Amino acid sequence: MFSGLNWRVGFFLAWRQLWRMSLWTNGLIIFVMILTFLNLVVISGVLVGLIEGAVQAVRTEYTSDVIVSTLKDKDYIDNSQNLINLIRTWPQVSRITARYRAGAILEANYKTRRDKDTPNTAAAQMIGIDPIAENEVTGLASHIVEGHYLAPGDYDKVIIGHFLLKQYLPIESPGFTTLENVGIGSKIRIQIGDVQREVEIKGILKSKVDEVSRSIYMLDSQFRSLIGRNDGNVDEVAIKLNDGVDPLAIKDLLFERGMNNYAKIQTYVDAQPKFLQDIKATFALLGNVISSIGLVVASITIFIVIFINALTRRKFIGILKGIGLTREAIELSYIFQSFFYALVGSAVGLLILYLILVPTIAAHPINFPFSDGILVAPVKETIFRIGLLVLATIVAGYIPARMIVRQNTLDSILGRK
Amino acid sequence: MIEVRNLTKAFRDGEVETRVLKGINLKASNGEFIAIMGRSGAGKSTLMYQMSLLDEPTSGEVLIDDQPASKLSASKKTYFRLIQFGYVFQDYALIPELTALENVLLPLLMQNIPLRTARQQARESLARVGLGDHLNQLPSQLSGGEQQRVSISRAVAHRPKVLFADEPTANLDNQSSQLVMDTFLELHRSGQTIIMVTHEEIYARLAEKIIHLDDGQIVAI
Repeated sequence: MFSGLNWRVGFFLAWRQLWRMSLWTNGLIIFVMILTFLNLVVISGVLVGLIEGAVQAVRTEYTSDVIVSTLKDKDYIDNSQNLINLIRTWPQVSRITARYRAGAILEANYKTRRDKDTPNTAAAQMIGIDPIAENEVTGLASHIVEGHYLAPGDYDKVIIGHFLLKQYLPIESPGFTTLENVGIGSKIRIQIGDVQREVEIKGILKSKVDEVSRSIYMLDSQFRSLIGRNDGNVDEVAIKLNDGVDPLAIKDLLFERGMNNYAKIQTYVDAQPKFLQDIKATFALLGNVISSIGLVVASITIFIVIFINALTRRKFIGILKGIGLTREAIELSYIFQSFFYALVGSAVGLLILYLILVPTIAAHPINFPFSDGILVAPVKETIFRIGLLVLATIVAGYIPARMIVRQNTLDSILGRK
Repeated sequence: MIEVRNLTKAFRDGEVETRVLKGINLKASNGEFIAIMGRSGAGKSTLMYQMSLLDEPTSGEVLIDDQPASKLSASKKTYFRLIQFGYVFQDYALIPELTALENVLLPLLMQNIPLRTARQQARESLARVGLGDHLNQLPSQLSGGEQQRVSISRAVAHRPKVLFADEPTANLDNQSSQLVMDTFLELHRSGQTIIMVTHEEIYARLAEKIIHLDDGQIVAI
């Protein structure tokens, strides 16, 4: 099988057969291989990308590159101002935003409600922010779908996540309530602990990150007075790094400075919700299963193509054997043909993938309900999948060729069964 | 030299056994031109297939230069067919996607002859049968007579010891058949051993020896 002579003659036969085969036949087989390649890479890439999109959204819209938050047994980050001042001096850091957090009850119909009426309330995370700093880090203003973003000096005004409004989330679920008939300019009452305050809705936020969509934002200066915190300690600091800076390096740096004694320090990867990581692994698995089925389908396609080809050429295969060509040379000619189809299909598929699909989907992410899905196709993994496709195709081409080539020479020549 | 001793060939279809060759003894010396004749079903093609190692006899022996062919492995037989024998089939048996030149070139390449030399040898062989101007034509672009001459050219390009021809003129008109037979005679004059199966007496008479087969047995030489 591996003698140079067999390879030479096999290649000679394969090349001429491919070259002189109908353009439509070649085109159709290559088209099937392109689809198979895309099925192998794109399906799993979109499934993983769906979650990757969610991960990226959490990073860009909430945690940024590194997030510092309160320790479990604390109400806030001790020595917050020292931490913030320290971080600001680091050249790797691009921007930071400090947040205050507290659970709040929102009520909409408190003015018109009679005693027997059900209160129109919703539970939410209230977040106090510096609107300029927050927008620089998370681009919060870009998620306003109605009304306007907060401006410095917007006292008694809030922006509210769309999950807290019934017109955006018309779902009733136990333990999760929304406000009815509330829109821009509506007054609502917020209650944090024993403190109540009437505020006006200035803007409505729509984001695919739950932490954003289920929160209500107000100015940090007013929030501090509501919760009675005057020591400058905050609940959360999101740190945006310069391009190319490894978040892990900053986390390590904060640990070196002992900041982990005062706060929980996480990179955006650490801060990913576990369910997201689990879904990512599940979808990757699912993608692999679907890809494997695609691979089997491609193998069967090539098997059928080569089998029919070899079967219709059985007589000529017999003649080739009759005039002294070795079985191995003839089998190799079919292996070369299969290899050619897999290679050309993969090459065209690669061009479509990296020149069209990846950039297009990156520019226009797929609008899934809970994420803006991108196409994840790491080069290393793609090459591995090409290897799999080529291998499967070669095997699928070799088996039928072998079945036909190993038949009795004279029976093949004479067309006997 | 090819010798056939007590050769029998039987085909089995379920319980039914059909004996096509019944104890054939035959010798073909180097340089001989032998025609095997007989009516349809007499066993002439079957005999040729046994002699040319394309098939295996049920019993008896084929000796090539006194060596029993039954002792050769399958790959040795393939090699033997490649080097020592040439074949011309009734329906030309050219590979449709190869040009005339490539059809002739292919077995030469399998003999590990360098491409340039093989190409030259194939060109010369085609020129000898009058097809020097049809090198790059596909079989479908050639007439039946031309295809058969390509087939002959392929069979003799490597100068085999024996040329086997199975009804080489059966599908051809008189003019083309005559051209093919002229080519055979010319090859024979140059010392080529030829064993030809035919049912046409006019062409059989051109051979040195005519073997008449009937019902799997030689009835006259």
